Amino acid sequence: MVARSFHVLPGFGLTLGYTLSYLSVIVLLPIAGLFLRLLDLSWADFWRLATTERALAAYRLTFGASLIAALLNAAFGTLVAWVLVRYEFPGRRLLDALVDFPFALPTAVAGLTLSSLFAANGWLGQWLVPLGIRGAFTPLGVVIALTFIGLPFVVRTLQPVLQNFEREVEEAAATLGASRLRTFLTIIAPTLLPAVLTGFALAFARAIGEYGSVIFIAGNKPFESEIAPLLIVIRLEEFDYAGAIAIAVVLLVISFALLAVINLLERWASAWQH
Amino acid sequence: MAGVTPSRLGTRPSPARGAAESGPARWLLISLALLFLGTFLLLPLVNVFYQALHKGWDTYLRALAQPDTLSAVKLTLLVAAITVPLNTAFGLAAAWAIAKFEFRGKALLITLIDLPFSISPIVAGLIYLLLFGLQGPLGRWLDDHDIRIVFAVPGIVLATLFVTVPFVARELIPVMQTTGTEQEQAALTLGASGWRTFWQVTLPSVKWGLLYGIILCNARAMGEFGAVSVLSGHISGQTETMPLRVEKLYHEYNATGAFAVASLLAVLALLTLALKTFLEWKQQRAYALAERAQPGAPAS
Repeated sequence: MVARSFHVLPGFGLTLGYTLSYLSVIVLLPIAGLFLRLLDLSWADFWRLATTERALAAYRLTFGASLIAALLNAAFGTLVAWVLVRYEFPGRRLLDALVDFPFALPTAVAGLTLSSLFAANGWLGQWLVPLGIRGAFTPLGVVIALTFIGLPFVVRTLQPVLQNFEREVEEAAATLGASRLRTFLTIIAPTLLPAVLTGFALAFARAIGEYGSVIFIAGNKPFESEIAPLLIVIRLEEFDYAGAIAIAVVLLVISFALLAVINLLERWASAWQH
Repeated sequence: MAGVTPSRLGTRPSPARGAAESGPARWLLISLALLFLGTFLLLPLVNVFYQALHKGWDTYLRALAQPDTLSAVKLTLLVAAITVPLNTAFGLAAAWAIAKFEFRGKALLITLIDLPFSISPIVAGLIYLLLFGLQGPLGRWLDDHDIRIVFAVPGIVLATLFVTVPFVARELIPVMQTTGTEQEQAALTLGASGWRTFWQVTLPSVKWGLLYGIILCNARAMGEFGAVSVLSGHISGQTETMPLRVEKLYHEYNATGAFAVASLLAVLALLTLALKTFLEWKQQRAYALAERAQPGAPAS
């Protein structure tokens, strides 16, 4: 242990310096540039551009669909994590590996295949469309794409918690006469809650910024099925840079706020675990 | 196959009565989970290959052999070949500084490295467009000197670089923290140079984590759509990557062509998953061996 003070590892200045310069050039300065461009706008101009009727409709769809998709992922993600950790069945390992598929698949491919599945002549659409469930080229399509994109988050945050869960506690509750449902609601669910919330927040944050998968399936009609990132692209195509910047800053500020919330949730979840 | 498999009997005793779901409840939960994963994972995956191949191999191969599609494949490979090594070098440097040393602001630095993950790809693209586009001072200067970044390959590379910054660093940091600094200190005490210690001691001990980060970084670099789309200019045969080619063909109502390119990207995703699963297994084994070698070492 004495030796440690004599042999400090080399390279601290070099690696930290390189890390900071690289990060500044690629990430931080360009972001600062966006906020600098905001100075060209007066507060009133910014507010007007960021809250046009069309932009408000786009925010409503983006946040509404992201919320529904994240809630679906919280429910089904908990179920999938539970089934993968607790039960043995054929194909379990394969499914476990496939859970990360939405992370690995390019979003354009996800959008393309989902829109073809839910279109009126698609494998799912041919059964769902006659029932009145139109998954392609509607706001529902946005929810479908965002559910796919966010699927791994809750499963992957919950799995380690479930694996470390002390089953003795459940057994004690059962021995004391608690029903299985009561044990789940009063003992298991509260322990899982921080991890589920973290996964939910991660899926929600990812969904808000998502673009590639959504534009293939949404139909992209203004005021109806147009998400906020797409509106930025449309403003750019119209050479309305101020309009694009205003919406981008709204999204960026919300992303930063969510990042702070996620950091707090992760700290809470890890404190809860110990 | 209900019940506990023999290999698990030693470590995980069969739960007491009442501490597990009844048979029917268990099968209901498994069926629901399978239904969800089947709809949202398996069907989309199988559909890509079905749509690409259902008109036969000849049509499929002809769709892929289009000059614009081939040039999209080439550009995608080129972009990955530039961005992945750059972000790997960054990841190694960042992980070395963060895992081996104590300094103030470390938590903030880790948050900053993860920042691109929480920014919409469209916003990432916009940021670079504003920086290098013609409406900005830098863009006009570049234009005067005939340097093209926006709507050209350099812009695509920069956008990809931005969205893939965190991948290698965030996989390497925990791995390097787990391996500690004792081995490097031993090597230095024995007279090895800093570089030699890095190449022969550090790198071998983190190689699985490093590879893991590299394949995830590569998958995202080849698959990025939004950020690249803002900066590409969408010129077929010149500034179209494979994901952008998928979109162009889709808009031209060439579904078979779009799915043919998409199938290549889906194969990339499957390869990534297979390698990832293999590397996770390797890494767990490396951890287990390290823990057996030094029982006091911190667990993962």
